Amino acid sequence: MTANLSAIFYLISGILFILALRGLSSPETSRQGNYFGIAGMTIAIVVTFLTVGSFNLGFVYILIFLLIGGSIGAFIAFRIPMTAMPELVAGFHSLVGLAAVFVAIAAFLKPEAFNLGQVGNIKLASLIEMSIGAAVGAITFSGSVIAFLKLQGIMSGAPITFKGQHILNLIIGISIFILVYFLCKSQLSNYFWILILTSFILGFLLIIPIGGADMPVVISMLNSYSGWAAAGIGFTLENSALIITGALVGSSGAILSYIMCKGMNRSFFNVILGGWGATDQPSTSASKEQKPVKSGNADDAAFLMKNASSVIIVPGYGMAVAQAQHALREMVDALKKNGVKVSYAIHPVAGRMPGHMNVLLAEANVPYDEVFELDEINNDFANCDVAYVIGANDVTNPVAKTDPQSPIYGMPVLDVEKSKSVLFVKRSLSPGYAGIDNDLFYRDNTLMLFADAKKMTEDIIKNL
Amino acid sequence: MEIDPFIFRLSIFILSIFVGYYVVWSVTPSLHTPLMSVTNAISSVIIVGAIIAALSGTSEKIFEISNIFGFLAIILAAVNIFGGFLVTQRMLQMYKKKKNK
Repeated sequence: MTANLSAIFYLISGILFILALRGLSSPETSRQGNYFGIAGMTIAIVVTFLTVGSFNLGFVYILIFLLIGGSIGAFIAFRIPMTAMPELVAGFHSLVGLAAVFVAIAAFLKPEAFNLGQVGNIKLASLIEMSIGAAVGAITFSGSVIAFLKLQGIMSGAPITFKGQHILNLIIGISIFILVYFLCKSQLSNYFWILILTSFILGFLLIIPIGGADMPVVISMLNSYSGWAAAGIGFTLENSALIITGALVGSSGAILSYIMCKGMNRSFFNVILGGWGATDQPSTSASKEQKPVKSGNADDAAFLMKNASSVIIVPGYGMAVAQAQHALREMVDALKKNGVKVSYAIHPVAGRMPGHMNVLLAEANVPYDEVFELDEINNDFANCDVAYVIGANDVTNPVAKTDPQSPIYGMPVLDVEKSKSVLFVKRSLSPGYAGIDNDLFYRDNTLMLFADAKKMTEDIIKNL
Repeated sequence: MEIDPFIFRLSIFILSIFVGYYVVWSVTPSLHTPLMSVTNAISSVIIVGAIIAALSGTSEKIFEISNIFGFLAIILAAVNIFGGFLVTQRMLQMYKKKKNK
């Protein structure tokens, strides 16, 4: 296959990837979109085989390794529980990052296979491009590994901070550029290895100060990085499919990070430079006076909801932890039988990754047209009888609207307190991730249900 | 004077960023998780580079160090391609409309 012909096919596969993302604009077209993506990938792989054309022994090995990797991937995809989706995505990002590093290394060791010149005399532009691909890939890899460990609970979700952290990161960041400069000047492979090593360390250091609930931003950011890494490699290989894909993924991740930051009313740098828990500690535990709290049991909750005409469910990360989504759907079914109108309200940063709650509700067979975003449903709280808050906390805190002193002031929150009564399922009165007390607990119209989210929901079903 | 081919690639890159920008804003927020898993799958098109690396050289020297990096990258990318598309498919199957309406 000639280079021109294969370039056209790569372009086609790039366009199919665009259509794959386009399909996600609505659930109806999304499955078709996924098929476009698969088609694009198949074209890219087949065309590459035909272009290289030398069907030596390597071809057989490639098929074997493809099958090994593919079956591992398929096995994971079928077995993974939906609640573990954030970990899975973080893990997958790390693989893309590492693959980018490996391809860059291969290109550096054998540039003639990629038409980039000879060892010790690689074209300058290609060298810069592969350095960028390798560095960003390495940062993506180690950063994603840390994110994975934090999400999986192997590593504590608490931010790890130390003095001079940001300056250290800045120095490492600058030294990466200096290394690229020396690498281009001397073509010495040692600079290349140190560059990769330094980037691994930087990725690690960048993610450790970020706390668990900021993970939606981190995952989106790493998603973006994996795209830029792919684009860097795409420039090296002069491959339009990779360049297009890299740009798509890069901008997609950047937009998601932006949406997540906006959902928390924080700037991107504020999130990246370290968690709330680390910066706003003193204001929390000091003023712990005992305020009156009304608490109730499953029977009370069932009574309130049965006699309501409309109920809004507000799920959060706690629902995912307790795996309460199926019980929740059963409860809603029982309520619907009693003629109660039920809808779901989802805050943009509920859960540990963008759209986390939507997937869990979809898994529990909740129709997506009953699930609403913050701005679609926020006005409805004023007309609703019961708000059932299950596993969410900071995103319902009215303090964000009233107290300019609060660290979450200005964050868009769900106006849960406007509903006639609030049922708040929570294990204790402990503050949420932001480390601040939730004013909602002490409202007259709030009834606290102290229990595990799943158990409480199941008890309510029994009482309905 | 001739234009460096790099400029053409840069054009593709920048235009694709714009395409990505508009396409991703049109993605419904409820599908943001599938969006992440599918972008993850498609970014594994990096396997193209891995295949070139793995097939470089002759049959006798198939396990040279650069080939090995190619093979390793193929495994990693394949995990992502299959895992990413299949898990996306699995998620998308779950998004259903209300039946009785």
